[in-house]
Amino acid sequence: MSDQKKNDEIHGVVAYFDDVDSVMSAARKVRDAGYKKWDAYTPFPVHGIDEAMGTKPTILPWIVLGMGLTGMACGLLLQWYTNAYDYVFLISGKPNWSLPANIPVTFEVVILFSAYTAFFAMLGLNKLPHLSNPLHKLPKFRRVTADRFAICVEAKDPNFDADRVRAILGADTSEMEDCPVDTSRAALPLWFHAVMALVTCATFIPLSLAVKGRFATSEKPRYHVWPDMDFQRKRKTQTGWEGFEDGRSMRLPVEGTIPRGELRDDFELYFGVAQGSSVPPRATYDAGSMGGEKHEWLQSFPTAVVVDEALLERGRERYGIYCGVCHGAQGNGLGAVALRAKAIDAEQWGWVSPKALQSDSAKAYTNGELFHIASHGISSMKGYGSQITPKDRWAIVAFVRAIQASQALPKAPGDLPEGVDFEPVPTIKDVRLSEASVDAPAGGTEPAGEAR
Amino acid sequence: MTITDPSAFGSQPSGEDDPSVRPSLVEGVNEDFSSVTDAVAGIAEIPVERTNRAWIICFAISVSLLGMLGMLILHLITTGVGVWGNNNPAYWGWPIVNFVFWVGIGHAGTLISAILFLTRQNWRTGVNRAAEAMTIFAVVCAGMFPGIHIGRVWVAYWLFPLPNQMAMWPNFRSPLLWDVFAVSTYASVSLLFWYMGMVPDLATFRDRAVNNTRRIAYGIFSLGWTGSSRHWHVYERAYLLLAALATPLVLSVHSVVSFDFAVSQLPGWHTTIFPPYFVAGAIFSGFAMVLTLMIPARQFFGLKHIITMRHIDVMCRILMATGLMVGYAYSIEFFIAWYGGVQYESFAFVNRAFGNYWWAYWIMVTCNVIIPQLFWSKKLRANLWVVMIVSITTNIGMWFERFVIAVTSLSRDFVPSSWGYFSPTWVDVTMFIGSFGLFFTLFLLFLRFLPVVAIAEVKTVMPQAHAHGEDHGESHSAGGSAAAPASRHDA
Ligand code: HEC
Repeated sequence: MSDQKKNDEIHGVVAYFDDVDSVMSAARKVRDAGYKKWDAYTPFPVHGIDEAMGTKPTILPWIVLGMGLTGMACGLLLQWYTNAYDYVFLISGKPNWSLPANIPVTFEVVILFSAYTAFFAMLGLNKLPHLSNPLHKLPKFRRVTADRFAICVEAKDPNFDADRVRAILGADTSEMEDCPVDTSRAALPLWFHAVMALVTCATFIPLSLAVKGRFATSEKPRYHVWPDMDFQRKRKTQTGWEGFEDGRSMRLPVEGTIPRGELRDDFELYFGVAQGSSVPPRATYDAGSMGGEKHEWLQSFPTAVVVDEALLERGRERYGIYCGVCHGAQGNGLGAVALRAKAIDAEQWGWVSPKALQSDSAKAYTNGELFHIASHGISSMKGYGSQITPKDRWAIVAFVRAIQASQALPKAPGDLPEGVDFEPVPTIKDVRLSEASVDAPAGGTEPAGEAR
Repeated sequence: MTITDPSAFGSQPSGEDDPSVRPSLVEGVNEDFSSVTDAVAGIAEIPVERTNRAWIICFAISVSLLGMLGMLILHLITTGVGVWGNNNPAYWGWPIVNFVFWVGIGHAGTLISAILFLTRQNWRTGVNRAAEAMTIFAVVCAGMFPGIHIGRVWVAYWLFPLPNQMAMWPNFRSPLLWDVFAVSTYASVSLLFWYMGMVPDLATFRDRAVNNTRRIAYGIFSLGWTGSSRHWHVYERAYLLLAALATPLVLSVHSVVSFDFAVSQLPGWHTTIFPPYFVAGAIFSGFAMVLTLMIPARQFFGLKHIITMRHIDVMCRILMATGLMVGYAYSIEFFIAWYGGVQYESFAFVNRAFGNYWWAYWIMVTCNVIIPQLFWSKKLRANLWVVMIVSITTNIGMWFERFVIAVTSLSRDFVPSSWGYFSPTWVDVTMFIGSFGLFFTLFLLFLRFLPVVAIAEVKTVMPQAHAHGEDHGESHSAGGSAAAPASRHDA
């Protein structure tokens, strides 16, 4: 019992050595004596002491390997999620996800994870930081980080017997002492606790501000750190400014000048009317359609436009881009937009269906009138003049004429060669809901009535 | 800088003339563990009032320059990047040149600590700590430039893949983003590496502390290190792993920096030789900086027996070797420009050497290729004045290399109508000078308060550190055998 008590009082027996050889020899003896809770303390890593102490190889490399692989997975996942999944970058038609471009960052993340792991796992395995150690209380022990060596056999070891330990260490040591258990507890001053509590609370302020900013709504405009970027000293387009007499911030062209490329002196080409005649306004059905005899509409094509196969081909292409979505590829008024509108019964909200372009009324338009409609629209249809160049609009007119001549014929033309199948192009009346919409029931002949 | 001990300059080469006998790593008669500890720890233990005069003067200058840098940054942020000379067509001017310059310098440290550690070049132990510190401070300077170059520094977090109010992510196909990852990984891993190496030495400082402030400060940072052999075991493994990780890292960083240029289409930048060429240049400039710093430091702080003439000799040789590599890269660039037969490329290179910026090009060639040839002579390698001058001209030359690459190519791009001539503003110049203030402030503080030499590591390469088989009956008393030329110990 008394022996046990004595063991409780001391942390262990510490022996000091002056050189590498003696500490190694003592370490071997302690190892052979079967102690487990002991250690050799040296100012630098002594070569061969691991074997002398019987230290087992550390698992640190495996931890680092594991975290390195984790880093690789994280690096790849991060890049895939951010650039190929959540916010896809389209760059020069390259694939959304291509490994070579992701190698550098993946590599860096692997290194980052492994290096941090090597450091922090080293601390963890060594149970550091460990600021309060009874050994630090021994004045003699301080030289161990400079030029001396020490072995401490701890009292916690089940086989610990102070006298036996002293006998084992005695052969090589130059000095020996008992290390008392550290009973002093250095209490931190009160102000330290107060300051730390305040600092800890303060660290939550930025986080809570971020959380508030994320989830709360605010009437106030965003805070401008440096306002000169958001509010620049300049006038924006289409705004007013009292600085000019007319109150606009933008200027009109100088009187009597025409901007480059905006000269409209060829009336046939630009307006579809005879040279020098009046330029018609936008057409609407209720205002008597195209204005009747008031305008000298062009019957054929402007002299600047050569009607040939290339023009028709161009017209087919442009028509497909700009007109076909509503009027249908064959001009029957069954473009994708029209069908969809039919399927959802858009007329209830005021939708106006595109007209078929093969109707007699459409056929009756002069070329000039068709051009005018393509440029400025008619009633509910908007104009495409701002998007399509005049020559391309004439190409579209030529193409519309071509489909009027070839499509929607009530019966096979007499001069059709033998053996050619003729099928009339469907018109809006023939559309059954099954074609317009997959989820609508099939079979009705009155599309409007069947729509849901 | 005033040289307090001129007699030390121009001392004779160390060791024997017989090349088969290696000079010992730690020089001097009767060196032992305690004297090494005393020499290194003594520097940090000088009481404040007895601080070296030269140190105080240098520190005062550095801190003033640092303050100037701070004011300039404020000026830049509140006014905008227009205060720099960067403008069409040279949008990358001095800030990027300075960034590459500093990040290049920051390579030697990790190279010395990691690659030379892995290849068991034990001579590194004398210089690695200071070189690592230099790395970190140089990377700090480097990181500053792109940081303030982005213009709106308050949104610098956009550089990182953080969720933000725009619901956008950065583009991982951009070399500039790779750079963010490479440089920040490099900075933080070097910091870990440096700090971890320092923990045992900080414990030495703690145990020698004469007052409470020092005891607490070093005590906290040494994490309670005792020198336990079980700790050393894990520690050494971790150090080896860190070295193994830092080696490819150090090579990758400057490669990625070179991608900033090489991945673009600009003639003069768009070349495959850039990554190895940049890495060689980085090592070159890094070693030059180590020499520039270590030669005065060893004089002032009495570390001549730890940072020996042999260290300086080896570093001079590395300097010359990397200088030759860089020179090779210069010539191969010209060869490829001619051999590739692309008129834009050949124009870019002819323009480099003979165009508007011919002076910068020839300063670069003179400093980086011609002057280091002096080191073929062993005598000149042993003359510290020569070494000092060559290391400084190398630094100058390497700055000009980056200037030549960045500015000559940009100022003469594909469209002749946008050609221009870059001229820096006073802010450019003073900011670059200020970055030296930042660097030297940190470095001088390091010299003054931290273990300048890896004390524990130096001890491992001393002859007494090795056990002598089983004959422990007659053990050496510490310090007994150091005087002998220890050729068999330093393998
Ligand atoms: C967004 C759908 C849409 C597009 C695209 C469109 N149109 Fe129309 N178009 C209509 C509608 C709707 C009408 C009928 C307007 C009304 O009744 O108010 C119409 C009427 C017409 C008419 C008059 C038909 C008649 O019989 O009176 C012509 C001609 C015409 N479009 C030609 C074109 C040309 C040429 C293009 C291509 C440049 C084009 N449209 C593009 C929706 C469109």
